Amino acid sequence: MQVTLNINGQAVSRDVEPRTLLVHFIRDTPGLTGTHWGCDTSNCGACVVQMDGQPVKSCTTLAVMCEGHEIRTVESLEVDGKLDPIQMGFHEMHALHCGFCTPGMLMTTRALLDETAARGRAGGAGGDAIPSEEEIRTAISGAICRCTGYKNIVGAVRWAAQYEAANRQGQEVS
Amino acid sequence: MQTPAPFTYERATSVDGAIASLVKHDGEARIIAGGHSLLPMMKLRLAQPEHLIDINDLGELSYIREFADEIRIGALTRHVELLHSDVLARRLPIFADAERVIADPVVRNRGTIGGSLCQADAAEDLSSVCSAIHASVVIRGADGERVIAMDEFHVGPYVTAVGDGEMLTEVRVPLTPGGSFSSAHEKVERRAGDWAIAAASAAVWIDGGTIADAGVALSAVGPTTVHVTRAAEALRGKSPGDELFEEAGRIAAEDCSPSADGRGPVDYKRHLAGVLTTRALRTATARALQQEA
Repeated sequence: MQVTLNINGQAVSRDVEPRTLLVHFIRDTPGLTGTHWGCDTSNCGACVVQMDGQPVKSCTTLAVMCEGHEIRTVESLEVDGKLDPIQMGFHEMHALHCGFCTPGMLMTTRALLDETAARGRAGGAGGDAIPSEEEIRTAISGAICRCTGYKNIVGAVRWAAQYEAANRQGQEVS
Repeated sequence: MQTPAPFTYERATSVDGAIASLVKHDGEARIIAGGHSLLPMMKLRLAQPEHLIDINDLGELSYIREFADEIRIGALTRHVELLHSDVLARRLPIFADAERVIADPVVRNRGTIGGSLCQADAAEDLSSVCSAIHASVVIRGADGERVIAMDEFHVGPYVTAVGDGEMLTEVRVPLTPGGSFSSAHEKVERRAGDWAIAAASAAVWIDGGTIADAGVALSAVGPTTVHVTRAAEALRGKSPGDELFEEAGRIAAEDCSPSADGRGPVDYKRHLAGVLTTRALRTATARALQQEA
């Protein structure tokens, strides 16, 4: 059946079997291979993309179910050569080794930062809302890194949260 | 590469339309919501529906509503919504206890209460939660609705009372007026997202310092969710206390029927079921008494 998905703001159309998984649609049709196809059983988190701002496992979602929703992949993070703060955090804190889990980790933790900032604004904490170590570890509990462990990943997320909080405060002052 | 067998797909635009399609496909169609239980089963070819009916657009099935005498939860309500609900935190804290340990946060963004209950996996948490709090479910078919209690809902492993041409639309939890009522869920798992080694759900209704009623149910220690009716009977009419809760734990350990697997041998799982029952009863009672104070 003909499916048109909104991936990173672009409409992508293709005739697919209903059983086509979102992860394969993303990798095959627009050729966005940043989204990794890992365990295929919704356990490893390498395939995480955002659907309407929420992280979801694209190996356990049918492409046809995503029509009418906004899909965002890891390729959307960098804009005009400028890395997203979460990417900068992973770079600064050396939060990857082989990099296989990284796209899923980035999309999962990008969503955590957005959610924490929104909650901070709603709760009056403004730009100071930084996720705690426990909140970060809970957020990535569905994502597996088989290289190095999670310490640097947690550090990277805190780095990015602090960077964004400092930027937001700077903007409010100026 | 794991791929489901071929099927046809439609998006439902109404509950009645979804039911009409189920009837038309005569047992060969399945409802899909979050898909985080069904799609893995389809990839393994343990499920091979010929037709999928996607109900994700049916916003009318997604709600948590508080009434004077009951709470109603729509079948399409997602785990993440159950976890963060203020109404449930206040009235039924057992849901947040369970939701914190169901799968992982990314899966919780998609999975739904209706899907979890209909999957009827013996290790699934919400089935024991709903059993302990004496919930009932609304099942709708072409001829109308029927409401059945959770202890009639589980027919066998992965089999529920929902018929081929029917769908689960709502979960109803009674709130007994007078006295105080609370609930708790305890689970031990090896890592996030794994099946439980064992889990226990408990609810207590306390009136005038006495347990007026209680509910105890267990996950992952039998072929289906285990309703420990003998523990509930032992608690009824007694004053809450540690000795009583330990007795209820002993009964739970006796009345479950775990199998040995990579998660542990039978005696360990029985022991765990007992300890978790005692702990869940203790927490539920402390919460209920706090409410009374």
